[in-house]
Amino acid sequence: MSTELHQPSEIQRGRIAYRRRQTIRSVLLAALSTAVVGVLLMVAVTGAPGWDRVKQSFFSPEVAWRWLPQILEGLWLNVRLLVVCAGLALALGLLIATLRTLRGPVFFPVRALATGYTYTFRGLPLIIVIYLMAFGVPGLRLQGTPGVLVLGGAALVITYGAYLAEVFRAGIESVHPSQLAAARSLGLTYRQTMRHVVLPQAIRRVAPPLLNDTVALQKDVGLVSLAGPIDAVRAAQIGVAQDANYTPYIVAGVLFVLLALPLIGVTDWVTLRAARRQSAGA
Amino acid sequence: MLLSCEHVRKTFGSAVVLDDLSLEVDEHQVVALIGASGSGKSTLLRCVNLLTDIDDGTIRLDGEDITDPRVNPDEVRQRIGMVFQSYNLFPHMTVLRNITLAPVRVHKRSAAETREQALQWLDRVGLADKADSYPDRLSGGQQQRVAIVRALVNSPRLLLLDEVTSALDPELVGEVLTMIRGLKDEGMTMVLATHEMGFARQVADRVVFLDGGRVLEAGPPEQVLGDPTEARTRQFLARIIEAGRL
Ligand SMILES: Nc1ncnc2c1ncn2[C@@H]1O[C@H](COP(=O)(O)OP(=O)(O)OP(=O)(O)O)[C@@H](O)[C@H]1O
Ligand SMILES: [Mg+2]
Repeated sequence: MSTELHQPSEIQRGRIAYRRRQTIRSVLLAALSTAVVGVLLMVAVTGAPGWDRVKQSFFSPEVAWRWLPQILEGLWLNVRLLVVCAGLALALGLLIATLRTLRGPVFFPVRALATGYTYTFRGLPLIIVIYLMAFGVPGLRLQGTPGVLVLGGAALVITYGAYLAEVFRAGIESVHPSQLAAARSLGLTYRQTMRHVVLPQAIRRVAPPLLNDTVALQKDVGLVSLAGPIDAVRAAQIGVAQDANYTPYIVAGVLFVLLALPLIGVTDWVTLRAARRQSAGA
Repeated sequence: MLLSCEHVRKTFGSAVVLDDLSLEVDEHQVVALIGASGSGKSTLLRCVNLLTDIDDGTIRLDGEDITDPRVNPDEVRQRIGMVFQSYNLFPHMTVLRNITLAPVRVHKRSAAETREQALQWLDRVGLADKADSYPDRLSGGQQQRVAIVRALVNSPRLLLLDEVTSALDPELVGEVLTMIRGLKDEGMTMVLATHEMGFARQVADRVVFLDGGRVLEAGPPEQVLGDPTEARTRQFLARIIEAGRL
């Protein structure tokens, strides 16, 4: 009530002044050391004997400008693919993790399948999954085989679904058994307990690693170019081949980083919030 | 008779935790389970609530054998309320949602009606202003009172209380005990495991002394706590008195 009226004592005023001086000192120190490191790096790179040639073949403004539209167009494909694949992979991961918690002999085959799936696809390199899906599945010559884009996307979903399932499972197992006991004692069924008590707590707890895997996925979306669709990486590759200049790769790389920044920002924010909540709850 | 346990046996691996245990609880009766740590009080309550399977014997609720494997345990638990030593409120839900979850999802009652009833209960136990708080903002005593309300809104036939005050600071114990005393006056049937002998004496109609998973002595509180026949009971009470809890 009287916090506005409270006058800090002599000692507290001294503490505040001291902390302020310390803050100013550390800001100045940080600025100085950043400047020193920056200048040293600059000198090291631009002073290197091959710098002029590297600048020519990696940082050519004309080449960058010429290929930017195609790369951007390709990036739009990456963005759409990312959104769809991330959504599907999260759903698949949650489903697999939930299946693995089912008890009872009836569910043995389901559990075994789910476990086998996570073991296999966490070990299998994504590139191989993409090749198998994009070139192997059409080889079967089945009726209605989807295009390579869908098959490549499916490879991403299957692989990331396995990672995300493990993240979800860790979250589910981190919910204390006493929470289950409390929910069951209220008469909630197993399904209601999972849906209202276990999963909400589990997902909150693993939100940071889930988002982190989504950032990884956003990079790996570029790998579908191996199967043929013209995404940002493939567009850059075409540019590199035509102009005999690596600048388009740099352009695509910068765009990927820019695309990831918001997602990384959200991840950091969520992580920080989770950490705060933990320390407040303890 | 509301609850009867007949020759119940429960083992964990090679350890026999409940051994040929029989116990009867009449409607509106309050039974206090006392006994040393590890004597099986919590295990008995968990067995009655079907949170774990028993290895032999029968448990009946309103005459129905609830340990029959054909009985749906979810349906049985809807008729029994249970409150835990560590409150076990759901941390991601407000106090109000903690209370209304089961009535709405399990008993399919209308959200508005349940909310009304929950607020009335909170008001009664002096927590009306906490309805929208999250559990981690409440003191232990407040959390435990919410946990009791959460069990009560389902109108259980039987309320199981497992050392509901032993995680609380001494000055918070009183508010929870007052609430339980109020429930007794309303005729709620309760089985409570407790280390609070003074409270057991005040509120219980019958005190049951468990020792090594068996009922060693049972009877009115004055007799079991005041003039026990068994040497083990006397020993236990002497230790309790030494610890200043009687
Ligand atoms: N899940 C379990 N697995 C193995 N042993 C268990 C399990 N639960 C309880 N026990 C054992 O059963 C015995 C009785 O435990 P219980 O919790 O019922 O005692 P209690 O009378 O409630 O004790 P306290 O007063 O300390 O709460 C103890 O020896 C304990 O180690
Ligand atoms: Mg116990």
